[in-house]
Amino acid sequence: MSEIILEAKNINKFFTDPIRIQVLNNINFSINKGEFVSLTGKSGCGKSTLLYILSTMDTDYDGILWIDQMEMPKKNEPLLAKVRNEKIGFVFQFHYLLNEFNVLNNVMLPGLKLKKYSTEEVEHKAMEKLKILGISHLALKKANQVSGGEKQRVAIARALINDPLIIMGDEPTGNLDKKNSDLVFDIFNELSSEYHQTLLIVTHDPSFAERTHRIIHMVDGKIDN
Amino acid sequence: MSKQLLTSIAKALLIARWKQTLVAAIGVTFSITMFITLLSFMSGLNDLLDGLILNRTAHIRMFNDIKPNENQPIKLAHKDNEGHDFIESIKSDGNRLAIYNSGAIMESLQKDNRVLGYSPKISTQVFFNDGNIDINGSIFGIEPIQETKLFHFDEYVTSGNSADLSKINNSIILGKGLATKLLANIGDAIQVTTSKGERFQLKVVGVFQSGIKDFDNVQSYASIKTVQKIMAQPNNYITDIQVKLKDIKMAPTMAKEYQKLYETDAEDIQTANSQFETGSSIRTLISYSVGITLLIVAGFGIYNILNMMIFEKMDSIAILKATGFSGQDVKRIFIYIAVSIGIFGGLVGLLLGFGLTSIIDQIPFNTAALPTIKTYPINYNPKFYMIGIVFSLITTYLAGWFPARKASKIDPVIIIRGK
Repeated sequence: MSEIILEAKNINKFFTDPIRIQVLNNINFSINKGEFVSLTGKSGCGKSTLLYILSTMDTDYDGILWIDQMEMPKKNEPLLAKVRNEKIGFVFQFHYLLNEFNVLNNVMLPGLKLKKYSTEEVEHKAMEKLKILGISHLALKKANQVSGGEKQRVAIARALINDPLIIMGDEPTGNLDKKNSDLVFDIFNELSSEYHQTLLIVTHDPSFAERTHRIIHMVDGKIDN
Repeated sequence: MSKQLLTSIAKALLIARWKQTLVAAIGVTFSITMFITLLSFMSGLNDLLDGLILNRTAHIRMFNDIKPNENQPIKLAHKDNEGHDFIESIKSDGNRLAIYNSGAIMESLQKDNRVLGYSPKISTQVFFNDGNIDINGSIFGIEPIQETKLFHFDEYVTSGNSADLSKINNSIILGKGLATKLLANIGDAIQVTTSKGERFQLKVVGVFQSGIKDFDNVQSYASIKTVQKIMAQPNNYITDIQVKLKDIKMAPTMAKEYQKLYETDAEDIQTANSQFETGSSIRTLISYSVGITLLIVAGFGIYNILNMMIFEKMDSIAILKATGFSGQDVKRIFIYIAVSIGIFGGLVGLLLGFGLTSIIDQIPFNTAALPTIKTYPINYNPKFYMIGIVFSLITTYLAGWFPARKASKIDPVIIIRGK
């Protein structure tokens, strides 16, 4: 019925330092367009590791990964960077903004890199995203002058700037208080329901996971059905 | 393409942490300043020492040496060159010290475009009479204008005026030691006796100090005409022609050429002052090794500072890569950062180096051996400035390139997980 935008096949990963340990064991799954998926599991079960592989930020694994029906090569770094830029929006646990830039520029950077739109258009789009997230009044503040919850919203705006196929989050609410994590969840929910945005969020917060469309639960490097 | 975006990111990264940027730039500046200062000062001193000899020595000196005649009469009898002739008790032939045909030689030197200039000279031995004392000395007959032009003669004349030699008849410039012995001041008349017993009265118009005491004790200068008069010789009588070349390295070959062409003896500066050649090349070697050492030390300093600066920005690298900037982009950004620090720090370094050397140039430096030197010598060679700026660019480029290349190659997750 709906198209598959991310598919993982037989993904295995080993940590070799200090000893060889298998962290991911034969992971197979796919995500359809418009799905709001949460990836849960205990600490150390490999969920973040899997997410980094899916986001192409880690190329040291066995198995095959398709994003938007295209197989991801492991050695072609510029191509992976392009995929990350165009198709993936990533939200980290610790917001990871560039403190050297103001909020607006932080959001604009991936858009400028994409070069699909002119600087003015990118700026306009960035302001729109900030408005959706209710933080347009912070646009000209330095990234390190806004609060934790606001930073996370800036990071989400940045993830949205290139209209990505999928947004991935590595415990985006893990570092936030109840009020702010509810706010972030509401944003994700709204993106999913109103804009049919595909989302894949790693979380260990059960109340967060329960409210998503689909939960992928991991135990010891395997997907637990 | 995305150059503008990358430079604007680099600029933002530089300005946002301006204190750190400044520290890195100061590191570069300091290294380049020291390099410029030390090399300018050292090579200034070196040139000073070289100048001691080079300024007053002719590149080629033509004269008639006292030596046995090569064409002994017996050679006329044995033209077939069979067998050996044994001749005993040959005596040197020194009847004629004057150069034959000196006018024609000088005319052809004038036309030779390898020659910077020439200056004729006569030297003769005299006695300076002071009461009942006779002081052995010598007089050089020179052309003061040429001598000044080629051999900086007027720099050694500490009082009086070298040009007066040709303006005032029968005038003389005495060595400082000689003037002291004769109790002669400018304007006084002194008496000389030639080797042939003739007496002459000369007017003192100046005193010179060459820096070599033995020389100043016996030496004096007069115009060529005056000396010709003292020696009772015609006005084509010249014993030496001193030639200065455009390129000193050509002196040995040209000396041989002149010897053949003009049938005189010709000696080049390299043969006449071989000890100077050795000293000069060793001093050059020392300055080069100091210069290279300085560059290496400075290079490591610059490299370390920039390396640290880039490793501090690892976070930013991870973010940039996560949001879609490729390794190539990251590398470019950091090379922009490093090279702009190199350019800025290097240029300021050149300026400060110039300032510091200008200050050294003002410090008094008085020594009896060098009457013309009043302050420490500095060589403002543009070559040093070129080396300085090129070097600061290369080291900062490499210092940016190595860590940036490493950062561009690894997966962003490695940086993120390392946190």
